[in-house]
Amino acid sequence: MGNKMQKPANENLLEIRNLHVRYNTDEAVVHALNGFDLTLKRGETLGIVGETGAGKTTMALSIMRLLPKRIGEVTAGSIIYDGIDILKASANAMLKLRGKRISMIFQDPMTSLNPVQTVGSQIYEVLELHYPEMTREEKHRRVDEMLELVGIPPARKDEYPHQFSGGMKQRIVIAMALISKPELLLADEPTTALDVTIQAQILELVRELKRQFNTAMILITHDLGVVNEVCENVAIVYGGEVIERGTIEDVYVREKNHPYTEGLFGAIPDLVTDLPRLKSIPGYMVDPTNLPEGCKFADRCGFCTERCRRENPILHRLSDTHFIKCHLFEEGSNHE
Amino acid sequence: MKKRRKNGGAVSGRSVWGLVWFRFKKNKLAMAGLFVLIFIMLAVLLAPLYVDYQAVVSQKITNRFKAPNATNWFGTDQFGRDLFARVVYGGRISLFVGLAVIMLSFVAGCILGGLAGYFGGVVDQVIMRIVDMFMAIPAILLSMAVVAALGNGTGKMLIALAVAQTPRFTRIVRSSIMGLRNQEFIEAAKCYGSSSARIIFKHLLPNGMGPVIVSTTLTLGQVIINIASLGFLGIGVASPTPEWGTILSETKAFIRYYPYLGLIPGACIALSVMAVNFIGDGLRDALDPRMKN
Repeated sequence: MGNKMQKPANENLLEIRNLHVRYNTDEAVVHALNGFDLTLKRGETLGIVGETGAGKTTMALSIMRLLPKRIGEVTAGSIIYDGIDILKASANAMLKLRGKRISMIFQDPMTSLNPVQTVGSQIYEVLELHYPEMTREEKHRRVDEMLELVGIPPARKDEYPHQFSGGMKQRIVIAMALISKPELLLADEPTTALDVTIQAQILELVRELKRQFNTAMILITHDLGVVNEVCENVAIVYGGEVIERGTIEDVYVREKNHPYTEGLFGAIPDLVTDLPRLKSIPGYMVDPTNLPEGCKFADRCGFCTERCRRENPILHRLSDTHFIKCHLFEEGSNHE
Repeated sequence: MKKRRKNGGAVSGRSVWGLVWFRFKKNKLAMAGLFVLIFIMLAVLLAPLYVDYQAVVSQKITNRFKAPNATNWFGTDQFGRDLFARVVYGGRISLFVGLAVIMLSFVAGCILGGLAGYFGGVVDQVIMRIVDMFMAIPAILLSMAVVAALGNGTGKMLIALAVAQTPRFTRIVRSSIMGLRNQEFIEAAKCYGSSSARIIFKHLLPNGMGPVIVSTTLTLGQVIINIASLGFLGIGVASPTPEWGTILSETKAFIRYYPYLGLIPGACIALSVMAVNFIGDGLRDALDPRMKN
């Protein structure tokens, strides 16, 4: 998008390097993220696509430093947000970051609002937390403006969450997330719980507001279509690693893709070609309590070789923007 | 919280608390309880307007053991004091010490239970083990022990009873908070930068109030009885200050010949405890989500 050009090049808002996160549960140790790498520029929109359990939400919670207490543990790696080391920042510094500079939208709008507080006061609270210098009237005015922006009549701000429909609740959640004009918005499957028509409206709203506020966004989803609509770049996640990353054109043109990405595309119904059955990826998601030594996709991959089982591939560079983590794309080899 | 109370009080019928009031209103027994309690409260609260405190303490030996009549509505006791005046003024102590006890233990329980339920782990263990220790001792015995340690007096009795009731509130608040703390809106609240204190007091407690409010009303009945019991045992409110339990205690020797001396204060205790329990029952039903229709 155009606004990307206004910022100096090479200015990364968020850098995640080799992040390892595990959950220590009573039964087993779950390796949720295994060397997760990600960079995000200011104003960039990145889609993160992956199956359930691929570590998408874990990544978002790590950025917020809100992994479940006593269970979630970062074992290696770093998260640098605009020069701040998130993993080492003080609790107070995190309180100032959350909701002001980084906001998050959750999957289920039905449960992400406090049922006994009016929606207006919940939005107001964000301002109260982060803009103590603002006068009451100013805050109320901002709340009204924000509600207007997300398409909720400000007159309804004294109503309670149960009086709104799912789509409207998600609009309110979006208002809460954006009222502080954050630099980064983490949207964790914001439309999964909504029906398709509402989904389109919400995505349009997010895209519009993102443009207005010049917010960078990480959109977490398992829907390749949603990513195509909203994002400039996409990262495909499998087994707690980014296995492919590129611009929408790089990935969606389907010339060179990670075998897993190809599998994902194969599972989407297509209006043009007539298929008796959708192709699904054989096998199950890799067991995060018992990770293989080599490539995590090896068991389900049609191109699997002896080497894949032995050695985890590195991220191979196909172009300035396109990267794939697969032995098939090693310098010199050619993939059909 | 401010917002919630404002809307909860109004009979708007739209807010969560408005709906609770709407359902509560349909429960006849609970409404009867509410009216009786309000009547008793007003009667004792406004006592100075229609009863002279002198009548409570001034003894007139020639006037003793008068059965209820036009001048002495509830009769007179063994010292010739007007029983009506004593019962009305006694109710001030029974009910308002009761309410104060409830409020004190409610606040303490919310803080302790909130901390234990939200933080869990070591904080939870420490708070709850101390609470368990207090819970192991029967409330009335614990109150007696505290009174014995602090000495006699209305204020000290208040503290004693509050200490005895706090464990109960702590447990209820804790369990209710534990059920809520993993909800998504709590996660969301963290995500927009709320501190732990804010999450506990602004998000968790208002949402977990249902069971706590029910327990508050039911415990109020218990506390009124405890105050009376302590009074009856002679370690509560000291004579000549009237209090329902103390009145019963003082007159117990004469109940055989002048039964109204026991019946009237006894009936006051029974009536207010019953009213409070009906309200508690009604609230429990009104707050139960399965009853929503």
